Amino acid sequence: MEKMEMDGAQALIRCLEAEGVECMFGLSGGSVIPIFDALITVPNNIKFVLVRHEQGATHMADGYARATGKPAVALVTSGPGATNTITGIMTAHMDSVPMIVLTGQSVSWMLGKDAFQEADIFGITMPVVKHSYLLKETNDIPRILHEAFHIATTGRPGPVLIDIPKDVSAGTFTGDLCAEMDIPGYKLPHGEVDTGTVREIAEAINKSQRPLILAGHGIMISGAEAELKQLAETLNAPVTTTLLGKGAFPETHELSLSWLGMHGTAYANKAICACDLLINIGSRFDDRILGDPKHFCENATVIHIDVDPAEIGKMIRPDHYCVGDAREVLTELNKHVARLNTAEWLKTLDGWKKKYPLKFKRQGGLKMQHVIDEFYKLSEGKAVVVTDVGQHQMWAGQFYKTDHPNNFISSGGAGTMGFGVPASIGAQLGRPDDTVIAFCGDGGFQMTECELATAALHNLPVKFVVLNNHYLGMVRQWQTLFYGDRRSGVDLEGNPDFVKLAESFGIKGFNLRRPGDVKRIVKAALAYNDGPCLINCEVEKVDNVFPMIPAGKRIEDMLIEEPKPDVKLEKPTGST
Amino acid sequence: MINNKKIHTLSVYVANEPGVLARIAQTFSRRGFNIESLVVSPAIDGHFSRMTIGASGSEAGLEQIIKQVSKLIDVLHCTDHTFDEAVVKEMGLIKIAVSAEDRGEALQIAEHFGCKTVDLTDESIMLQVVGDPDKIDALMEMIEKFKIIEIVRTGKVLMARGAETT
Repeated sequence: MEKMEMDGAQALIRCLEAEGVECMFGLSGGSVIPIFDALITVPNNIKFVLVRHEQGATHMADGYARATGKPAVALVTSGPGATNTITGIMTAHMDSVPMIVLTGQSVSWMLGKDAFQEADIFGITMPVVKHSYLLKETNDIPRILHEAFHIATTGRPGPVLIDIPKDVSAGTFTGDLCAEMDIPGYKLPHGEVDTGTVREIAEAINKSQRPLILAGHGIMISGAEAELKQLAETLNAPVTTTLLGKGAFPETHELSLSWLGMHGTAYANKAICACDLLINIGSRFDDRILGDPKHFCENATVIHIDVDPAEIGKMIRPDHYCVGDAREVLTELNKHVARLNTAEWLKTLDGWKKKYPLKFKRQGGLKMQHVIDEFYKLSEGKAVVVTDVGQHQMWAGQFYKTDHPNNFISSGGAGTMGFGVPASIGAQLGRPDDTVIAFCGDGGFQMTECELATAALHNLPVKFVVLNNHYLGMVRQWQTLFYGDRRSGVDLEGNPDFVKLAESFGIKGFNLRRPGDVKRIVKAALAYNDGPCLINCEVEKVDNVFPMIPAGKRIEDMLIEEPKPDVKLEKPTGST
Repeated sequence: MINNKKIHTLSVYVANEPGVLARIAQTFSRRGFNIESLVVSPAIDGHFSRMTIGASGSEAGLEQIIKQVSKLIDVLHCTDHTFDEAVVKEMGLIKIAVSAEDRGEALQIAEHFGCKTVDLTDESIMLQVVGDPDKIDALMEMIEKFKIIEIVRTGKVLMARGAETT
């Protein structure tokens, strides 16, 4: 029992230290002054990163967590400070990212009385958190902090919010800093894998001639990359990943089909249609990969392995399933499987790889794909790639191959524009020795560009690559393909001069306009390590991402390349 | 049955934490499901509560909701008892406008359904009925011939038969 004179805020900082928090992102405000004060009065090793907007704090925490696998913390004030975090919390929730969000709150006796900067953030965020707390007693701080970290990081990770009234953080702490958790309702899959179920799955696998492994983000959350590789190599089975699963299996491996789905590779999508067995490990069958769920893998045996029981049967009803941690289940599964006769199947897939490679035209103006491809080559595929959301995101996924876990960071489920800039800052803080490249569109970049100040202040050598087509390009692509090319609300006229903008923050800027300059400028940007740099790439205004499975269409209806101008496409029926 | 939809009866055992009811209600409303009835009461141990929820909707949709409710940190378990051997009871209070000359008929119906008369004035009667929800529905139909002033029903409470805990 450790007891000393302190207030709630000081106890809070001690608890954060005890949880091993190295980095905290946030913005101060009236209701969190006691906590910011405790950051000074309590000796600690927490690096506090002051952001320019609270959304940035949550995305930075998110990028940090995804890059390191460690939970990250955001600290913001009440009212608008708290509501500004909602997009970031939702983004982390959709992609199962461990995050603790500490929000200040008005004093307890003013709750619900419309006090200055009072918002019911506990209520507002309820649908987008894994769990949340409204702190009512100063002495509860250690228990709740401990529970919050445990919940955020175990099972299927997610964000946990703790709302802290000012009187609670300022109140005298007389409790126990090592208080025990009390969460009897929190269920985690038991440590022991159900071997009967795994045997049943192995039997199904051993009957297959055209197996396909689908690896999701869950592989990396669980740290099951080695076990996955062993399974694929034992079976001699091909592996495709989801977008967020990039890095779960080396994309340069001969058994890799890269990622699948709406803008995934044609050969991965064709493989999904032709396989006789699909082994999904750690993916939630997101609508981006299903096309029309009624016809997804109609003739294949489907196996689903997931840590979250609520994902089993949510989108696709599997023939066999196992609820458990990916690494534990795969370790057991690997004991029961043997090499399959997949020579013919791999030959077919190889044929598709050759026939339908990812490609782009080198002629004409500057292309996003060209810039990304050059970054891939010159960084030798070793960089941590962070993307924003849109066309550039899909091309970054296609042309920057990922061989290592946690090296491709992107807002998948939420599709949050504005994610790229702050998330890359968080990633760089978590991985100071790695090259971090942020691929952003001009649209998303402007949503959170104020955080350039944060990058400059901490002298972080992030490469901010603005793939600037002066359009909200993905929506423009849909309008071109499905809405008679009627372009509405997509032209970003009035963009700033991004290089001048960077320079105004004291950040090195490069302009890239001609395809002939790509190599030289990418090389210079990668070599620049005195702080952040920004590369404004004036790319062709109109270009479309292919392959494309129109939302809600069957995977078989995939457009592998630009349809002929006279082809009329129906409006997609699936979600966005 | 309400509008020919099967009503499912779920029993949810929860930790007594602020917000737990809101979280459960949200899980239903987000998927467009209506909660038809809801009873919350303390369990034996004061730290926990038991909720009995009546809800209608597609089987597959409810199956998903049960999984998502079970996943909530404050929920210890959530079980669908619709097809189980369980005792299901409800209580209702019904206030009807009855003049002195109609009172006899009203009391006859009340007696048939085992109701208690809990309040009586020159113009009205209040009846208390306890039993299976179907029985209360049947009473409602019979009593409709009188002017119903007010109805309050508790919603279903349920307990599985046998020695096991629900």
